[in-house]
Amino acid sequence: MDIPKAKLLDLHERMVRIRVFEEEAGKLMESARIPGALHLYVGEEAVASGVMCNLTDEDQITSTHRGHGHLVAKGGDFKKMYAELFGRATGYCNGKGGSMHISDMDLGMLGANGIVSAGPPIAMGAAFADKYKENGSVAVAFFGDGASNEGAFHEAANMAATWKLPLILLCENNGYGEFTPQARHQAVKDVADRAIGYGMPGAVVDGMDAIAVYEAAGEAIARARRGEGPTLLECKTYRFYDHVGIRGMGVSYRTDDEVLEWRKRDPIQLLEQRLTEAGVATTAELAAVHERTRAEALDAIKFAEESPFPEPDELLRDVYYVKA
Amino acid sequence: MSTATGTRTIPYIAACTEALRQLLREDPDVFLAGEDVAGYGSVFGYTRGLLKEFGPKRVFDTPISEEGIVGLGVGSAACGLRPIIDIMFMDFIGECMDEIVNQMAKMRYMFGGKAKLPVTVCTMAGAGINLAAQHSQSLESWLCHVPGLKVVMPATAYDAKGLLIAAVHDDNPVFVIFNKRMLGVMGEVPEEMYEVPLGQARIARAGTNFTIVATGRMLPEAMEAADTLASGGLDVEVIDPRTLQPFDTETVVNSVKKTHRALVVHEAVRFGGLGAEIAAQLQEEAFDYLDAPIGRVGAPFSPVPFSPALEKLYVPDAAKITAEVQRIVGKAG
Repeated sequence: MDIPKAKLLDLHERMVRIRVFEEEAGKLMESARIPGALHLYVGEEAVASGVMCNLTDEDQITSTHRGHGHLVAKGGDFKKMYAELFGRATGYCNGKGGSMHISDMDLGMLGANGIVSAGPPIAMGAAFADKYKENGSVAVAFFGDGASNEGAFHEAANMAATWKLPLILLCENNGYGEFTPQARHQAVKDVADRAIGYGMPGAVVDGMDAIAVYEAAGEAIARARRGEGPTLLECKTYRFYDHVGIRGMGVSYRTDDEVLEWRKRDPIQLLEQRLTEAGVATTAELAAVHERTRAEALDAIKFAEESPFPEPDELLRDVYYVKA
Repeated sequence: MSTATGTRTIPYIAACTEALRQLLREDPDVFLAGEDVAGYGSVFGYTRGLLKEFGPKRVFDTPISEEGIVGLGVGSAACGLRPIIDIMFMDFIGECMDEIVNQMAKMRYMFGGKAKLPVTVCTMAGAGINLAAQHSQSLESWLCHVPGLKVVMPATAYDAKGLLIAAVHDDNPVFVIFNKRMLGVMGEVPEEMYEVPLGQARIARAGTNFTIVATGRMLPEAMEAADTLASGGLDVEVIDPRTLQPFDTETVVNSVKKTHRALVVHEAVRFGGLGAEIAAQLQEEAFDYLDAPIGRVGAPFSPVPFSPALEKLYVPDAAKITAEVQRIVGKAG
């Protein structure tokens, strides 16, 4: 590993932040303390974190319905995130977006998205703006294996490749399009194979290996920054919990054995093992990250729960931009 | 404006091109993209010459990918540009309704007001030139139904330029719906840049006995009907809403309070069309002033037919408008 120690610890911290945020959010949902439904990112932390360690606040991302992890990894504020899940005025979207539309324009996070594959065309537009402004920034579109069957993905891929836009099409292949296994929703095994159809490079990465994701994404992002165009990167990963909520085992569409097999390759445990073996950090130091993140999460949840709901006049505010 | 220059009589299409040229000159963040808008100058010819003047960075052709084109507009607008994108025929919005309805329209609201999307979508509606069911529709009511979108429908060369400029200057998503049969219609257009304010109707002809509200290509038909009716002694006021969303209810209500009778005319299918909304607003706001039920003229409930013999029956015209006004007047108490 010739990655600087600070970067490795950064990578680890982002993953832990996602895990803790999601576990606590899952508890809130299951106990009905928050309204609505959540799509949790637990199990896929290496992907968002590995990518985001290569980005700055000036780079843009589009996310998915499973979007908390992307915002956390991009630097999202726990207080504003939890407040949004609670539907409170102090949330990122003043309580009007919720889990599926959580966003932070200042961090270049152009929104989680309730529509499968709506993000790639938007990220393509963001990448176009980067190229137009010659600002050296890149855009990353996160999407799933299921989304790779939508027309929007293909249109965005073709346009980005044709115009050599600084875009990374980042497929988080967790093996299921909602509840339908990949083999029953597409004939290709590797979504990355589709890259050739657009004249861009494609690569498959072990999405449970944070360092592999970090390095592969780094390469694709550097290529985009050099003006050499988009890359389709497919990270093979797995959602430990269900499509919605925290239930992961005892479900009809996948076996418990399969879940347990993937859990053996828990991305956080894998990274921690490598960090301790390489002497980058001690077990105690890594455990401390979990502890202080948990404390931060609980504090943020308290803040969120004590925050006011939006006032009634918020209902019709910001339907349109109105000049001040 | 103190630097006012000349006003010429030019066709609607030239007014569109002039607006685009001035917008591109004015702001380096404005770009124009769409299917064949650059090299070919658009299939309607209204972007001709712009590639030559502004180069391929500012004016460029896209693949035939409407959802991608709208995504280009949404993403680049969210990142600080001011895109003008072209959806060649309005019928093609079916290809990109998610990016329009779920992304473009909602992003600002969903993000708690933290996103700004100054994107303009130009598109071409209208039947009457034998392009059949998939290249002739007027689907504006689909768009007007979606909070977050603004919709304008210029019916004169003057408004084509002024509404397009206002649309691009506006910091919200705005659809500018041109009509392919109006492209050659001549009108007086100032040379300088000017805005026709969004949300303001225009009284195209003042009158005292009857109000016709007519959108887009139905405006000249309504004007012709008003002439015919005038010779029969009926003094008709004709209102062109110009902006359909937000709708200028006040101007229409004030007119009806004066005339006591109204007919709403649009080229779109009558059922569920904007005329239903306008009629409903009128009865809410001016019920006590009405002397007759509000009439509606629109296309019949069928796809646009190809055969000229049938299409002629399909598209509303001055004769139909005249007949409907006479029917309503005959009913009035």
